[in-house]
Amino acid sequence: MVLMKMKFPFQKRVKLAQGLWLLSWCATVAGAITFTLGCILKTELRRRGEVMDNTDIHIVPNTLMIVGLASLGINYFAGKIGQDALDAGKFPRWKSLLKPYFAISSFFTVLMLLAVIMSYAMKGSLESSLKVGLRNGIRFYKDTDTPGRCFQKQNIDRLQMEFQCCGNNDFRDWFEVQWISNRYLDFSTKEVKDRIKSNVDGRYLVDGVPFSCCNPSSPRPCIQYHLMNNSAHYNYDYQTEELNIFIRGCREALVNYYMGLMNTIGAGVLSVFLLQASVLVSLRFLQTAMEALAGNENTEIETEGYLLEKGLKETIMEYLDPVLRFLLLKNQVQEGEGPDNTVNI
Amino acid sequence: MAVLPVKFTKTKRDKLAQVLWILNWISVVTGAILFSLGLFLKVEINKRKELMAERDIQYVPNMLIAVGLIACGINFLGGKICYDCVDTTKFMRWKLIMLPYIVCTFFFTSCILVGALMCYSMRGELEESLDMGLAVAMRFYKDTDTPGRCFLKRTVDLLQIEFHCCGNNGHRDWLKIQWISNRYLDMTSKEVADRLRSNVEGKYLMDSVPFSCCNVNSPRPCIQSQISNNSAHYNYDHVTEHLNLWTRGCRQALLDHYTYIMQSIGLTVLVIWVFEVREHSRMHLVCMAPLLSITLVFTMLQVQDPLFAGCLQ
Repeated sequence: MVLMKMKFPFQKRVKLAQGLWLLSWCATVAGAITFTLGCILKTELRRRGEVMDNTDIHIVPNTLMIVGLASLGINYFAGKIGQDALDAGKFPRWKSLLKPYFAISSFFTVLMLLAVIMSYAMKGSLESSLKVGLRNGIRFYKDTDTPGRCFQKQNIDRLQMEFQCCGNNDFRDWFEVQWISNRYLDFSTKEVKDRIKSNVDGRYLVDGVPFSCCNPSSPRPCIQYHLMNNSAHYNYDYQTEELNIFIRGCREALVNYYMGLMNTIGAGVLSVFLLQASVLVSLRFLQTAMEALAGNENTEIETEGYLLEKGLKETIMEYLDPVLRFLLLKNQVQEGEGPDNTVNI
Repeated sequence: MAVLPVKFTKTKRDKLAQVLWILNWISVVTGAILFSLGLFLKVEINKRKELMAERDIQYVPNMLIAVGLIACGINFLGGKICYDCVDTTKFMRWKLIMLPYIVCTFFFTSCILVGALMCYSMRGELEESLDMGLAVAMRFYKDTDTPGRCFLKRTVDLLQIEFHCCGNNGHRDWLKIQWISNRYLDMTSKEVADRLRSNVEGKYLMDSVPFSCCNVNSPRPCIQSQISNNSAHYNYDHVTEHLNLWTRGCRQALLDHYTYIMQSIGLTVLVIWVFEVREHSRMHLVCMAPLLSITLVFTMLQVQDPLFAGCLQ
């Protein structure tokens, strides 16, 4: 059962070859663009790498870069094969290479689609990585004298100002953490001693936030400390006040930013995928149409082209057979020892 | 007599036409570059319009934009003239405007030079404009309820955060003005009343700065209030503390930023000027010489053989 049989008169074959040449050049450019998009995404992820706990999300830009580079090669060869296809003298030298070529190019094209799916599917992983990373960042905010953590304060401050966010889930995360280092606390004063005594873990907790949480759009000068105490400030009600500090949490802000970036890149990569698939389909039709011509004196007769000689399942089995045989070869010893299942009485 | 000269110079003419065509397009591109540089400078100045007092600084980007547009036009026309002047039949229609065109190119090339020099001379005016503009902006920082001034607080805060600066000359400028609006002052409290009374003009002055002056690189949480009072904070000496607030003044920061932009633009325009002078002189040499010689030949022929001239026309 042949898949998608089509008739190809001579003129149609010529047009197909020309179209394929043009498409392959467009697809090469598109492959370069995919590589660039992967680089951009990777750079953006690395810029905020300090607030991410793991680098699992980097698999998306890495895949895009690999696919971009591979598609450069695939489309270059597609163009070359398309150019040689109409020439009966040059085409035979490609014959042996075509089966592995189609296998590899289909693999990379499917990988491109997988990258797009992954960028949506890995939202949860990104979110949990940011949750842990931000929690650590806030916890080590005060440790500006500890090597390895001394830049956490700077990073968190810059992050909060740039993304207009405060804390992990929201600004209340700062109330649960001691973000003022002991180096700057006067342990001889009563106020400090009381506060530390009142806390179970002996931490100095305040209902205040760092200055980087302050919203520049607020009409009044920023209120950072005694946030939950209405009487500490004139004409202030913490329940209705929305403009004083940023109310959004940094995790939500970062996830939205990265998902927006990946959605835009995903849309672009999807169109590149369609272009790449059309290149491969046209090449396959051209190859089968030219092969049907083999041995014929008259190169201008009408031939038939198809996508797959056998059905989809049989073709997949045909490609997977050598792989499976290689794997089965390794297990031959165990097979020989096991019971014979094929015998039915 | 007329046949041999034509055949001999045909290939040379084609090559010349090609070279001139390329040069023409490069000149148009440089004109476009001038235009975009002027546009970029205008956009950059307008971005901080609220922080600049009324001064005559818009003339520099406007001049660059105008010169860029004229450059595109003149170079395009010059290219067409040059392209036609290698073709002996077409050059006749340009004969009349050749002289005014050359005068225009000289005038216009000097305009480019003036534009480049103006980029460097603009600095003084810009400094004055920024000084006054920033002083006004800081004075109206608290007026977030006055229409027309309500965005000044946000503008000044974002400026100080982005350019890492505080105040006009330094952070002490904030200690001399009232930057907290009366709406947020509890007039009934003794402390506020005392402070207002102690000031001659009845302004509420504090020993503190807005949060946007805080230095991100400081190892300790930002000290905004009572910054001159060492005893108010533990382990703090305001004389030696450099990392707490931004030390640079915003006027200096903005001036440095614009000086850098204008120096780069001025340098690029100078390079373009040198290129334009070279190209125009080359074009005049290439086109004018044969044009003049051909004109001479034809006038001589016209004098000698009126019938010959009649055939050509």
